[in-house]
Amino acid sequence: MRNLLRGALEATGAFIPLATDVARKAAASDAGCAGSDHSEMTQQYVRPEPPSDDKRWKIVASAMRRNGDDARALIEALHSVQEAFGYLDDVALRYVARSLRAPLSKVYGVATFYHYFTLKPQGEHSCVVCTGTACHIKGSSNLLIALKHRYGISPGETMSDNRLSVLTARCIGSCGLAPAAVINGQVNGNLSSDALLTRIDKEIG
Amino acid sequence: MPTEELIALKTKADQECRKHRICVCAAASCQSIGADLVLKALATALAESGRAADVELRAVGCIGLCSAGPLVRVENEEQSTLYREVGPGDANELVGSVEAAPVERLRIDTTAPFFARQQRIVLENCGTVRPENIEDYVAAGGYEALCRAITEMTPAEVISELTASGLRGRGGGGYPTGLKWQTVAKSADGTKFVVCNADEGDPGAFMDRSVLESDPHRVLEGMTIAAYAVGASHGYVYVRAEYPLAIARLKTAIRQAKAANLLGQNVAGSRFEFSIDIRLGAGAFVCGEETALLASIEGRRGQPRPRPPYPAERGLYGRPTLINNVETFANIAPIIQRGGAWFASIGTERSKGTKVFALAGQIKNTGLIEVPMGISLREIVESIGGGVPSGGRIKAVQTGGPSGGCIPNDQLDISVDYDSLQKVGSIMGSGGMIVMDETSNMVEVARYFMEFSMSESCGKCAPCRIGNYQMHELLCKLLAGKAAAADLTLLEELTFTVGETSLCGLGQNAPNPIKSTLRYYRHEYEALLSASCAAEEVAQ
Repeated sequence: MRNLLRGALEATGAFIPLATDVARKAAASDAGCAGSDHSEMTQQYVRPEPPSDDKRWKIVASAMRRNGDDARALIEALHSVQEAFGYLDDVALRYVARSLRAPLSKVYGVATFYHYFTLKPQGEHSCVVCTGTACHIKGSSNLLIALKHRYGISPGETMSDNRLSVLTARCIGSCGLAPAAVINGQVNGNLSSDALLTRIDKEIG
Repeated sequence: MPTEELIALKTKADQECRKHRICVCAAASCQSIGADLVLKALATALAESGRAADVELRAVGCIGLCSAGPLVRVENEEQSTLYREVGPGDANELVGSVEAAPVERLRIDTTAPFFARQQRIVLENCGTVRPENIEDYVAAGGYEALCRAITEMTPAEVISELTASGLRGRGGGGYPTGLKWQTVAKSADGTKFVVCNADEGDPGAFMDRSVLESDPHRVLEGMTIAAYAVGASHGYVYVRAEYPLAIARLKTAIRQAKAANLLGQNVAGSRFEFSIDIRLGAGAFVCGEETALLASIEGRRGQPRPRPPYPAERGLYGRPTLINNVETFANIAPIIQRGGAWFASIGTERSKGTKVFALAGQIKNTGLIEVPMGISLREIVESIGGGVPSGGRIKAVQTGGPSGGCIPNDQLDISVDYDSLQKVGSIMGSGGMIVMDETSNMVEVARYFMEFSMSESCGKCAPCRIGNYQMHELLCKLLAGKAAAADLTLLEELTFTVGETSLCGLGQNAPNPIKSTLRYYRHEYEALLSASCAAEEVAQ
């Protein structure tokens, strides 16, 4: 009867097995759980196959393993997907959910809660304009206007030919060089609208 | 008593020490304006000059004066000279200046208030040690405090020293650190956690980033001493994802500390064990709030929960958890080494020690400074900061980020301490200090902060979710010239409702920029009221 119940709970994702040492110790000291329950569960868990042969899934799988292989590793898992593929798509969310034995609703809820994660594919090149306080005071809104004027896109959008995505970040911590923007991962500071457009033109060719 | 590993590291550092040194600032700001090219050029110039044997070239952390970067310091036996805006083309001249006359056209006067007026405790290694090199940290006295705490003090004695120091949380709350540690230490036995809040969500703040990039071991040492004091076995550093360099340097530092038996099993040869992992944020300002941060580490949406129970009793995974800010942890090692009484001798009656500030906005000397509590705000922005670049008048100084307030020019003579800042309608906050000149429209500043709070609201409680949106709409209406006096009254009412009924600090403090600008710049709000709306009201 107990096994049936646990099996049912596992299927709904409500019962999350404690795979990490730390969490196991915590649960044991809190609720006096028997250690044998955990080894049974680890034996039952079969890691799902990655969605394709793409080698990048191996990086994602190892990130999940490294961080405990359960729902606690969710944010780290989503980070590894976004770093490898550029964004989080349906297929990735489902794979992460199955791997971490978390409900898809929970994975979707976390993916959409945090501003860093994007569910839309990004352009070949990216320009992240910092809209932190110092940058705002020094004119970051002018940079966004210039970008809209030249490339026709607003923050969160990608050009129709996929060459460039424009994003904003609340603060990249380069306030001494305000206004700043991150172009293809490189921080550029003390930017005028002209300087920004010149830099981007150079990148996107 | 230092361990064998510590002695070995120190010996190695002493052996590698050369007569002269050239330090290049390699923190994120200077890196983004070409510090790595300067480093390469200097390496080439040194090699060509044949002086590489007695001149060490090192990439160091944040030297502080970001507006004058890339920064290079040339150290001789007797003196050191700091140079500004160094380019690769200056490399030969700088190498030539070792043991010779300084290069005057690039030299920075280090007797200027920006340098002379600082008291660097948290930042004392920033700009001198190589961030990815544990030997440098140990040579500068690093990890001696940890060894002393573990081998010569009991956990209770460590907490007692901390309480005597009067250190208050540097993340913005200002809660007495000793008291927090005491609460966690006294809580139920079993698994306990130490968490370092490195989320630094305040736009305009980069103090924590600089410390993590420039002196990561200082933070790890503080966390380990804390774990010893409260009985924790596992720690996490929760870093925002927007700080890749800080994350990389922390990872390296953790690996090095483990290899030197300063983390992991048998720390410093004792039975105490403590390990640290990194957890990444993902762009949510609300995750700077303690309970939201813990939810995020647990892999959930970063939504706060009601307190009590406080994390010190029930925190991560329901266990007693000590959470402190990066700067708070960075103060621990010096306090243990030099004593709580020493720390308490700096600062004011109720605000002990120093505070790191990130100066930005309309100010000449943008960058990082550390000053004793009790210094006047005017001295910071006009003397240390150099005032407005255009020579114009400072209109206001904003502290505390989106939870803080604007302090007008005629109030700048206040002392910088927790209580005085609160009295004038702002807060200490984490240390972001934005200077505004006469071109700033204070209603627009309030709208900017409200837009931020609105978009960062987690959505859990109605006052913050709905109230922030309403306040933002009203401010937009004002700025569009479509608001009537009744709108202003409603705005003010909302600042109290949202402030007093929100679930967490984000909502509770979101109205502060409006409250503060209404207090000192009400005329700017009233000037925006629509004349036609006013006429309509009169007619009714």
